[in-house]
Amino acid sequence: MNERVTHPPAPPRATGGQFFRTSPRHLLGVQGMHPTRITPILDLADSYTLLNRSRKTPRDLLRGRTVINLFFEDSTRTRTSFELAGKRLGADVVNMSVANSSVNKGETLLDTAATLNAMHTDLLVVRHSQSGAPALLAQKVEASVVNAGDGTHEHPTQALLDALTIRRHFGGLHGLTVAICGDISHSRVARSNIHLLTAMGCTVRVVGPPTLVPGAIAALGVSIHYTMEEGLRDADVVMMLRVQRERMKGGQVPSPREYFRYFGLDNKRLALARPGALVMHPGPMNRGVEIDSRVADSEQSVIREQVEMGVAVRMAVLDLLSRGEDTR
Amino acid sequence: MSATVFENVRLIDPASGLDRPGRLLVRDGMIAGVDLPQAEGTPEGAAIVRGDGRMVLCPGLVDMRVTIGEPGFEYRETVASAARAAVAGGITTIAVLPNCLPTIDDPALVRLLRTRGEETGMIGILPYGALTRGCAGSEMAEIGLLNEAGAVAFTDGIRAIGDTRLMRQLLTYSRAFGAMVVQHPEDPSLARGGCATDGELATRLGLPGIPPAAEAILIARDLRLARMTGGRLHFGHVSTAEGLDLIRQAKADGLRVTCDTAPPYFDLNETVIGDFRTYAKLSPPLRAEADRRAVCAALADGTIDAIASDHAPCDADDKRQPFAVAAAGGTGLATLLSVTLAQVHAGNLTLPDALGLLTHRPAALLRSKAGTLATGAPADLCLFDAERAWKVEAGELPGKAQNTPFDGRALEGRVLATWKAGRQVFGLDAS
Repeated sequence: MNERVTHPPAPPRATGGQFFRTSPRHLLGVQGMHPTRITPILDLADSYTLLNRSRKTPRDLLRGRTVINLFFEDSTRTRTSFELAGKRLGADVVNMSVANSSVNKGETLLDTAATLNAMHTDLLVVRHSQSGAPALLAQKVEASVVNAGDGTHEHPTQALLDALTIRRHFGGLHGLTVAICGDISHSRVARSNIHLLTAMGCTVRVVGPPTLVPGAIAALGVSIHYTMEEGLRDADVVMMLRVQRERMKGGQVPSPREYFRYFGLDNKRLALARPGALVMHPGPMNRGVEIDSRVADSEQSVIREQVEMGVAVRMAVLDLLSRGEDTR
Repeated sequence: MSATVFENVRLIDPASGLDRPGRLLVRDGMIAGVDLPQAEGTPEGAAIVRGDGRMVLCPGLVDMRVTIGEPGFEYRETVASAARAAVAGGITTIAVLPNCLPTIDDPALVRLLRTRGEETGMIGILPYGALTRGCAGSEMAEIGLLNEAGAVAFTDGIRAIGDTRLMRQLLTYSRAFGAMVVQHPEDPSLARGGCATDGELATRLGLPGIPPAAEAILIARDLRLARMTGGRLHFGHVSTAEGLDLIRQAKADGLRVTCDTAPPYFDLNETVIGDFRTYAKLSPPLRAEADRRAVCAALADGTIDAIASDHAPCDADDKRQPFAVAAAGGTGLATLLSVTLAQVHAGNLTLPDALGLLTHRPAALLRSKAGTLATGAPADLCLFDAERAWKVEAGELPGKAQNTPFDGRALEGRVLATWKAGRQVFGLDAS
């Protein structure tokens, strides 16, 4: 088939303005991104979803381009998702994981940047345990940088895929009520989702134990709730966050069982939300800690669909960033 | 016999209240006298430095809180490079913190630093002694011996004494020597792992925060300990409204407590961190605007006893890191006077008051006679133009370290020349 037919319609190109925050070359965060920039990404990802399902992705779109997945922090699913996205568009995808890299031998982040520059990388997908690390790399590399999660700062592609998942179910985002539940303090997923969903006109609530919800998060335009009963009432979407087990050893939360008792999502609590409310989770789940297995596997759960949207969103992002590079 | 006459300048000596046009005579490195402008009798063969009438001649500045890299971190700053930066800022005396390698917890090191200062011929170094061995916050350092060797006060520098019992002992023991204890006012347990002030900005950036109350909590504790022990207590780089309120009240109650602040805390707020600018990563972290204003108010009402640069040199590798792991601290020697003058231009401080905070007042805290134009004092002098504009540019600053939080800041007021013991050690237009 002629690939011109299968290629999805291009979204309006950024002219003068910026597709992405900081620079059109990079995707470092969602904060400050305008709906007129978000919607075209979701539209493009939507069309990639259809192509993925029919296995007709334009495999020559990124032919000859090199995508490096630079993961300073373990993440099988996000790395795999980016890898698939790059490969479905025909890019050469290389995974660099920190366990085998010289970063553990004392090489600085910027030495790594210099090395990658010498390799003529086109797109650099970065995951790092420190907030701002991808922004630092972006200043020094010639490649376009995609933030695949930095510390407790942002995880923009997760927010985009969550928004796409929600949009496909409700037909739009405006006016929906989304409850984000769990460890808000340490969650980059929560921050990026808050920025994106509030920008798109959703009402966003954050729910969690007070030790895991920073008071200043209200300044991002959300309401704060310390009980699931209050936070979930009439919500259209219930987004659960992973809670690290080390937070439940008495420092911030006394124990996993106490956490589940008050902040876990079970069917009883889910019943407080709107009928048919979506249940989401960025994964990997702690079943029985933040989410009951029966909820995770219920018909209301779209957790697997989130994974599918992840590949489509990342294809859209890689596609758009590589176009930006063409016009540089 | 060498002599220099400074003519047609505005003489300001905050210690004596002198502020008028005049002439100043320097002979053999000492201040020999202050005359009226029309006075006759220039000594034969004297060099003449003529101002334009508006230029201010004041005592060389005394900076009571400086980190230098020597010994141990010479790649960041050496005594020589710190001296170049200091004199370019009109500073002729610096008090250096003990957080080097080794830490200044041995009398020989106190003597070494004093000597290293003299060797430069540009600045005098007043060493702080460590309060605890290795500045590790567990065992008392040899406060008596360090005091005898010439330590001017005692502190663990950039580290707070967190242990309440130890702080009590330090305040108590130091009384035997009349020694001042200088605290970094930040509760170490609340501050652990943090790198920005808790609040909206830290939350947006996903940076681990330090609640501003970490300062007030430690200040409140230490004020209470000072009352209990009669110890002489001073807080370095105070930066919050709440902390300053506690000190203001303690002073009103008659407690002998003092404090200083640094230019970033009255000239900048946390927003300069922007998108993870590590040059703006300081300790304590930059604060919200309300706290900055409170520091300005405390400068004006006399709660703050001195302004110190809080100079903390870092090299590129220390700063080119993700924000949370980058080194904290900013340079401040070359910008100390100019940033302080912004408070004068804004009408918050008079020029003599501002200079007092930079000269005889910190000197008095450190039991030093520097910072005056008294006859017979060493001729440490700073000549500046309070209106001359310039722009701070990292990379262009004197000295080795370039990590200024004021990068890009346009300033009014610039040091023109500096003299140490009568010898010119800096000239702006000459260099």
